[in-house]
Amino acid sequence: MALSTDDIKKIAHLARIEVSDDEAQATLAKLTGIMGLIEQMQAVDTQGIAPMSHSQDVVQRLRDDVVNKTNQREAFQQIAPVLGNGSAERAVDHGLYLVPKVIE
Amino acid sequence: MEWEVVIGLETHAQLQTNTKIFSGASTAFGAEPNTQACEVSIALPGVLPVLNKEAVHCAIKFGLAVNAEIAPRSVFARKNYFYPDLPKGYQISQYELPVVGKGAVTIQVPAAGKNPAYEKVVNITRAHLEEDAGKSVHGAVEGMSGIDLNRAGTPLLEIVTEPDMRSAAEAVAYAKKLHELVQWIGICDGNMQEGSFRCDVNVSVRPKGSDKLGTRREIKNLNSFRFMQQAIEYETRWQIETLEDGGTIHQATVLFNPDTGETRAMRSKEEANDYRYFPDPDLLPLEITEADKAQVKLLMPELPSAMKARFEAEYGLTNYDAATLTASRALADYFVATVNAGAEAKPAANWTMGAISAKLNAEEKSLADSPVTAVQLASLLKRIADNTISNNAAKQVFEAMWNGEGEVDAIIEAKGLKQVSDTGAIEAIIDEVLAANQAMVEEFKAGKEKAFNALVGQAMKASKGKANPAQVNEILKTKLGA
Repeated sequence: MALSTDDIKKIAHLARIEVSDDEAQATLAKLTGIMGLIEQMQAVDTQGIAPMSHSQDVVQRLRDDVVNKTNQREAFQQIAPVLGNGSAERAVDHGLYLVPKVIE
Repeated sequence: MEWEVVIGLETHAQLQTNTKIFSGASTAFGAEPNTQACEVSIALPGVLPVLNKEAVHCAIKFGLAVNAEIAPRSVFARKNYFYPDLPKGYQISQYELPVVGKGAVTIQVPAAGKNPAYEKVVNITRAHLEEDAGKSVHGAVEGMSGIDLNRAGTPLLEIVTEPDMRSAAEAVAYAKKLHELVQWIGICDGNMQEGSFRCDVNVSVRPKGSDKLGTRREIKNLNSFRFMQQAIEYETRWQIETLEDGGTIHQATVLFNPDTGETRAMRSKEEANDYRYFPDPDLLPLEITEADKAQVKLLMPELPSAMKARFEAEYGLTNYDAATLTASRALADYFVATVNAGAEAKPAANWTMGAISAKLNAEEKSLADSPVTAVQLASLLKRIADNTISNNAAKQVFEAMWNGEGEVDAIIEAKGLKQVSDTGAIEAIIDEVLAANQAMVEEFKAGKEKAFNALVGQAMKASKGKANPAQVNEILKTKLGA
């Protein structure tokens, strides 16, 4: 599958990563290389082989349903992102984390 | 043209666990913002998810309750999208290999107008475990949204049906059945106001007889059965009108506005559905063995279907009565408590489904708040059974008990409702009635059957409604030589 810089821009947008045109070009070359590798792997006959979802052949350990986390809000909010208005003020208010307004 | 509506549901049931699905933070509702948002909930770098055993048990319980295949091996996947209430940038969910596979539930669709009630099987496509997102709070700070991550990581079971439903009534009957079932097996508190049970409804229409599905629109986040009914009815009409006017339906997510009763498409985000699922490398495959299933099975209560069969066999109830009583755990428990307190099964069933349910509905009360307890109902039914009062008098006693006027026997006494079952007394009344209504007697003897009923009516009236009707009938028959 051939990638275009438009694909790169779309993927970058989905991950909210800003890429310039130059960066998109450079990323296109790298990703095309990776796609080549994938094509090579896809050429291998895997008929009858169950897909692997993890590189280690072990199963998930389960945790007992017991509360073991205490309230660390104060500590976490001291390292919250800053407001972005030039001050060092953290983007928190009344215990909430603040983000630019989101309205559907 | 005649149209057919096709409906499928996706329901998010919040699982009743103490802690989140991937961390030991509490899931208690109503805490101060972010006081239950641990480092996993807020997605600090380097944290790892550890799966909650109880959440898995809840999924197994559900699978067993709907006779589904429970996957011996299922896989958690990342569903990638960008939103502030999802700080990781992905939701941990299940995609290709869900924990619960195909199952089914039987629903009872109530009678409507001329159409009688009927049963229908709704097929479950799958149910999978996933984590809930946080909540956005608007308006606290100008130009900003506040994020509360207490809910982030709360375990959910998303239950998906096949597009099997053909009316709003069927969809609502299914949603109610599922709502009752998840509470019955104790995996979800069913609180729709708090968002513990949320339904998304996929609606499409097609010409009747067609086997091709139309383009569907998804109504998001319905949190009451009434809104669900209204939203589906509106959406169905809208789609049919659009198509009949020569328009086309575009796949979309729509929201229901309870104030206007209308559905409206959300602004479509072109890339909103590019979730780029892939197996979460932080989590290993979930294995569920036969032994796990057997262990969970031991913790399960008797299921509604089994209880229904038992009610038919043990109490001789009809299919309909048994189905109605087991439609809700509370109703079934109330019925059993009434029988255990000494009432006969059939009248206990009738009164539970009839008078009690009608009163509760009218006053929008739940059984737990019923002013008449199962024991009180049983004592009332015993007084009918031993001929102390007639059925009609029982209704008055019930009304009085409901209004808190005391216990059965005291009310019967106070209102003078005791039935006259003394043969001598009834004979005396009948003799008087016969003497006073010679014309009717002649009519009856001339072959007019109706005259007999009129005489019974006269006798009941003369006794002020207190005579035992069965005895009146019998004595009257004897006296008239009928």
